[in-house]
Amino acid sequence: MIQVNSLSFGYSRSTPIFQNFNWEIQRGETWAILGSSGCGKTTLLYLLAGLRMPASGTITIDGEQITRPRPRSGLILQDYGLLPWATVRENTELGLRVRDFYGQDGKHTPKNFQPENSVEHWLERLGLKEVAGKFPSQISGGQRQRTAIARTLAVAPDLLLMDEPFSSLDAITREDLQNLTLSLCEEQNLTLIIVTHAIEEAAALGKKILVLDSTPRVFENPRAGEINYRSSQAYHDLCDLLWKELRHEAA
Amino acid sequence: MKRRDILFSAIGLIILWQLTSMLVNRPILPAPWEVFVVFFQEMQNELLIHFGVSLWRVTAGMALSVIIAAPAGLAIGGSRTLNRIFSPIIYLLYPIPKVVFVPIVFLFLGIGDTAKIFIIFLILFFQIIVLVRDQAAGLPVQLLQSLRSLGAGRRAIFRFVYLPASLPAILTALRQSIGTAVAVLYITELFATKYGLGYYIYYNGSTLFNYPAMYAGVIAMSLLGLGMYFVVDWAERKLCKWKFVS
Repeated sequence: MIQVNSLSFGYSRSTPIFQNFNWEIQRGETWAILGSSGCGKTTLLYLLAGLRMPASGTITIDGEQITRPRPRSGLILQDYGLLPWATVRENTELGLRVRDFYGQDGKHTPKNFQPENSVEHWLERLGLKEVAGKFPSQISGGQRQRTAIARTLAVAPDLLLMDEPFSSLDAITREDLQNLTLSLCEEQNLTLIIVTHAIEEAAALGKKILVLDSTPRVFENPRAGEINYRSSQAYHDLCDLLWKELRHEAA
Repeated sequence: MKRRDILFSAIGLIILWQLTSMLVNRPILPAPWEVFVVFFQEMQNELLIHFGVSLWRVTAGMALSVIIAAPAGLAIGGSRTLNRIFSPIIYLLYPIPKVVFVPIVFLFLGIGDTAKIFIIFLILFFQIIVLVRDQAAGLPVQLLQSLRSLGAGRRAIFRFVYLPASLPAILTALRQSIGTAVAVLYITELFATKYGLGYYIYYNGSTLFNYPAMYAGVIAMSLLGLGMYFVVDWAERKLCKWKFVS
């Protein structure tokens, strides 16, 4: 589905973040991108989202080269993504309103775009019905992130890009939302790429884990998302391994 | 703030006025009751016309400044290039007390309504442009990126982010500068005009020595400022509900 070919990118010429980087992602896969601050994981996500352009090399999704945000990619950020003056329902409708604003031009909105599920469905599915009339400042961090997810899913994406989406939440809410995200991806057959600095989160969510540092490498984690996987030995072993990898690089 | 408290404060101020007028005991400070009677009589007569003229001038100035300054503030706040060009100019002009331009504006635009409206426009223009610009420039990048990722281009971002974000800034700017605008209106109405509350107050006070009428004019001018303040306050509560929730 996604192909990154010889990608190079840097905010300044002297310190490139990516040099000749190659990566391939199949439809329906769940990936976690793990790395310390400043390793370029968020940059990579923004490149995939079409919000930044590579210095050289290409990113193609479904055979189409990314030169601008792609209507079927959904991006969810850590915070501040909601309009403070709009209610939860209005925020959830936002993507659809943007699409109505342009009409089905194939550029901002996919041609023949017909959302499968209504906004009401997503409010219900994400447990937001009761707070639908409230403003973001009136709801909890978890509910805010649920709203961001509902808004993204309302425009029926096939690729979900998430940048540290749960890092400001408490442990219980975080785990709930991680599980919810995985089940939604399975339901909707979404490809998921989640950026995180938390080893546990990467190991719990990513069936494949891309560790980004001087030599990017991939770890297979096929049992991610299984019930009770988090309490298994395999999960703890993987966390240990990832920890040593990151530690080794830092040293 | 409760309405009841505001009412009590108003009554308290009137009592204070009554006591002061008893203490002073001279025609230059008539008692509130005497002034209220004249105010209601005059409001059915000549004062109403003066009130209407002043209301028109200040409303026109306000409307003009919103129409011009709000889009300009949005454009400057939303574009780094425009910000770099215009912000230093605004920085230099913003602190200048605009009232010093009154004689210059009269020289250029004459003594009619245009000059008076233009001066009010000038005062509000800078308040609005600065607040709207800061509001637009201060929008979190994440918010804009989220919108872009939903497919929003320049036009949609303007419609769904910049426009609603500028509304509270416009209303705050208006609320903050209504007092100044009405004060400057008074000054402009002292010059070569036969209409407006400024003229009415000055004429009754310094030519006719009709002090109750002068005070009636002062009340009318206060009500003008207060009324506009209430309208903006009401609009803010109506249009920016999210700012008042807890």
